[in-house]
Amino acid sequence: MQSVQMAFKSILSSKMRSFLTMLGIIIGVLAIVVLVSIAQGTSASVTSQIEKLGTNLLTVNLQIRRNNPITLSRLDELAQVKGIAYVAPSLSSSGTVKAGLVQYEDGSLLATTPGMASIRNYTLEQGRFITAPDVDNRSFVAVIGQEVAKELFGSTHAVDETFTYLGYTFTVVGVLDPIGSSMLGSGDNLIILPFTLGERLFSRKGISSFYVSASSGDTVTQAETAIKGFMDDLLRKVSTSTTYSVYNQTSMLETLGATTATLTLMLGGIAAISLLVGGIGIMNIMLVSVSERTREIGIRKAIGASRANILSQFLVEALVVSLLGGLIGLGLSMALINLLSRLLNMSLLVSPAVAALAIGFSLVIGVVFGMYPANKASKLRPVDALRHE
Amino acid sequence: MIRMQDVVKCYKLGGENIYALNHISFEIGDGEYVAITGPSGSGKSTLMNIIGCLDMADEGLYELAGQRIEKYSNRQLARLRSTHIGFIFQGFNLLSRLSALENVELPLLYQKMSRQLRRSRAQEALESVGLKDRMKHKPQQLSGGQQQRVAIARALAAKPKLILADEPTGNLDSKTGLELMTMFDQLNAQGNTIVLITHDLQIAAHAGRALHMVDGRIIDPGEEEAR
Repeated sequence: MQSVQMAFKSILSSKMRSFLTMLGIIIGVLAIVVLVSIAQGTSASVTSQIEKLGTNLLTVNLQIRRNNPITLSRLDELAQVKGIAYVAPSLSSSGTVKAGLVQYEDGSLLATTPGMASIRNYTLEQGRFITAPDVDNRSFVAVIGQEVAKELFGSTHAVDETFTYLGYTFTVVGVLDPIGSSMLGSGDNLIILPFTLGERLFSRKGISSFYVSASSGDTVTQAETAIKGFMDDLLRKVSTSTTYSVYNQTSMLETLGATTATLTLMLGGIAAISLLVGGIGIMNIMLVSVSERTREIGIRKAIGASRANILSQFLVEALVVSLLGGLIGLGLSMALINLLSRLLNMSLLVSPAVAALAIGFSLVIGVVFGMYPANKASKLRPVDALRHE
Repeated sequence: MIRMQDVVKCYKLGGENIYALNHISFEIGDGEYVAITGPSGSGKSTLMNIIGCLDMADEGLYELAGQRIEKYSNRQLARLRSTHIGFIFQGFNLLSRLSALENVELPLLYQKMSRQLRRSRAQEALESVGLKDRMKHKPQQLSGGQQQRVAIARALAAKPKLILADEPTGNLDSKTGLELMTMFDQLNAQGNTIVLITHDLQIAAHAGRALHMVDGRIIDPGEEEAR
């Protein structure tokens, strides 16, 4: 306690020098905390976007030209397998849709079946989703996203409105809730059609891509195995050269997590180097301080200070400088992160772990780089130290 | 209080052995007031360093307050300085960043004394040297005489068995020096053992006894006159 007071006194007695010494630590901590927080924030927002798609989601794609054995009824069979909740085919295209004189060119057309609503967590603001009869009858109906409704009809109250695509007239039966944009693009420009109609309009026969949702996060692996068995069974009968792939959202998250962890580590590592440089600054100044205060050390020893007293005095001083620098750096980085999260419109946070890491690191730097000068000071012989001018 | 027998301190200078202390033996009893005199280079500073446990003798026996210290570790020596010895230096040697009171508290701090006790002991010591109204002053704000009195208060605060003064009047004018010597006389009258190192024979005259040093040896006055 007493030595902390003494340390503060000596730090205050040369404010400019102490501040410059601290600056190294301040910048180091600032760099670590800000970079790591940004990396974490980015990773968290990407992760949440993926989670929005549903972590139970599996995507199956296959490359096949002829004799595609995958049909809607096969998919229905797959949906009955234990551990699988929904299965829905996906056929995408893009194109221009028109309502009267208004043209909308950014539409993303998706032909699918009713299961897709549950798989992708689509909810409706108005009307209904594609139904099984729509699919069976190839009805000219569509469910549209917010952006599409606003562009075509000027409002989201678009049920029963009509638009044309490739000369065919479609009736809007439902409008989706706002989805927002994700890694996979905007969700508000969707135009969802019955799958069978899509097959015909896009001139593509057969299912080359479908989505599966596992009944829970725990059954994803089980579902994946079931899908692979199902696909292997079907494909063996028609051709041997057909390949397919099953994407698992969970494993994708894991891959992403590993990538961002590496990135965070790298950024943190680079920032740690600047903290190290700050530590060397502390050592430098402490060495100067020891040689400047040789006489003081001599006096202190003459009036009864032991080696341990002197050691702790200088060590505490180094620690106080580095800890103070660390705290100032942490405060500044919190302010900076706050500002950045507003500017970038991202939810960035200094996590307690990062804060603790930065402070812990600056303490370690203080001990490591303060030890040598402090030890040097404590080893001075009182006679020599007193003789020093 | 102090007993030295055949104490030797030797420095190597250019391959040649220089004997700063050449087989010195003497005793100083409790409550004595002894001056150690001699020209510069006679080894009196070396002797003071050894008496004050700032340095160790190369050979010989040194007993301080009944303890033989030749085999003491650095830690034990620090402890001994803290509890047994009060130093007063020629250059005052106050810490400029600390106030008078804090300077006086410092030796008590190293004895791990509680805050209140420290403060009251330090105040007491400063009062006894007549600096009651200067406690918060920094050394630069005090005159030389006042600074030396702070140094005396610092030496007294730990209630040491031995007060060691190295040319205490060296940096003071003669009037202030005289006042200071009066203070030493009083301290001795109160029962403190004082060892005073000086080259000034007038100052040495205040002491009850003088040890003259020449070339690392203690000689008796008659011997010196004979030279």
